[in-house]
Amino acid sequence: MKRYAEHRFPGKLFIVEGIDGSGKSTQLMLLHQWLQAEGYGTVFSEWNSSPLVKETTKRGKKKQMLTPATFSLIHATDFADRMEHNIIPLLKAGAVVLCDRYIYTAFGRDVVRGMDPKWVRELYSFAVKPTGAFYFRVPLDVAMKRILDGRTGVKFYEAGMDLALSEDEEESFKIFQGRILEEYEKMVPEFDLIVVDATLPIEEQQSQMRAIAKAKLAQAKRLRVAP
Amino acid sequence: MRETYGVVLPGMNLADLTGKLIVIEGTDGVGRSTQIRLIKPWLEQQGRAVLETGMTRSSLAGKGIKQAKEGHTLGRITLCLFYSTDFADRLENEIVPALRAGFVVLTDRYTYSLMARAMVRGIDPAWIRSAYSFALKPDAVFYLRIGVDDLIPRVVFSRGFDYWESGMDLHPSEDMYESFRKYQTALLQQFDVLGEEYGFEVVDASADVRTVFERLRDGIARVLSGEPREPLFAVQRPKEDAEASAESNVVELPAAGKVVAAGE
Repeated sequence: MKRYAEHRFPGKLFIVEGIDGSGKSTQLMLLHQWLQAEGYGTVFSEWNSSPLVKETTKRGKKKQMLTPATFSLIHATDFADRMEHNIIPLLKAGAVVLCDRYIYTAFGRDVVRGMDPKWVRELYSFAVKPTGAFYFRVPLDVAMKRILDGRTGVKFYEAGMDLALSEDEEESFKIFQGRILEEYEKMVPEFDLIVVDATLPIEEQQSQMRAIAKAKLAQAKRLRVAP
Repeated sequence: MRETYGVVLPGMNLADLTGKLIVIEGTDGVGRSTQIRLIKPWLEQQGRAVLETGMTRSSLAGKGIKQAKEGHTLGRITLCLFYSTDFADRLENEIVPALRAGFVVLTDRYTYSLMARAMVRGIDPAWIRSAYSFALKPDAVFYLRIGVDDLIPRVVFSRGFDYWESGMDLHPSEDMYESFRKYQTALLQQFDVLGEEYGFEVVDASADVRTVFERLRDGIARVLSGEPREPLFAVQRPKEDAEASAESNVVELPAAGKVVAAGE
């Protein structure tokens, strides 16, 4: 069993992280467009997309029967399924794999829910180390404004309502996301996350991202798919 | 106060868990459930409230695991984590509340079976121990020990070979009998390693049902009365040794593409 380390597969793995409203998904979508235009064989892998474990997770959330421990473990199960059946085979096949959120999301929210930081990191140690992990740093109030303007409400676990931080959903969401933000900041040096200032104009963030991705792909010409 | 093997889950208060946690361990087909069917009424006759629990019985993940196994499509790490989700759900929602209410919790397998299965499948022993380090240390683990030669006739003449119990996901052999033999041999070796590490009390499961029950009954009576346990079945070895031999007990897979001829 391989532990979290540089992989030797021919493919490349780029991931984005950041709190809700940091704009990371938009940036990843733009990177995807560019990689395809450049001729790379690119595949998008989404968090929570495994059909096998999905049903259990959905039921647990719907019935609000998840504790911090089972929340952590069911998401780790789902992630492992994606790792074993999706991400690793794609990397072996030489694809450029893109993930919206990765293990760092789990480290943030599980630790905020009271799980032991070392235990969670060890639990996910089967994960492949990304070629590039982009962290979109955004002040809490900016992210909150982006999110709450465009939505009618936040989901129970998303708002951290299980932690009884506040009776008010919006207030709970703010406190919860603020704590996750603190965890992300701790992870920047720990995991060499590439920090992108998410308050910059979208195009500027994207050009930074492309420059970094380009450098990391320089050695991987053969990932290009013939037109 | 009760202890765990490492981390304590958030919100889990280990004080006042006055009940007793008794584990019945053993490989597939060794007679665990037969024994539990005898032990439970015996305890209840003495006025003890009993909670019976076992693998994949959680309301959260039990159904999902069963469905997943039917399709045989889960990876080995995924399956490990699915089982640990099931275990955590039962620990928090059944085992701990029952211990707090003073029940005798009788569990058909515990984390040890899950660790043994994982290690036979090549999972890192340190990783799986860490994953389950939130488990409560039980008051006693009774291990129904059997040799593979005594195990085979029981399984064959009762329910036949099962895909998972034969380790067919590892493809140790094309032949179900050979697979079962190889897989269970490796599993039993892992159980012995874990038995030394975690101090299992060994009950010879090759004896008849009544004799096994009497041994278990005496052992459980002793645990409930708070008397000291009998000596361990083997001398404790240094941990490094235990882990080293755990690594070597992984089922050897045939080389890729090699076809095992029938009758070989």
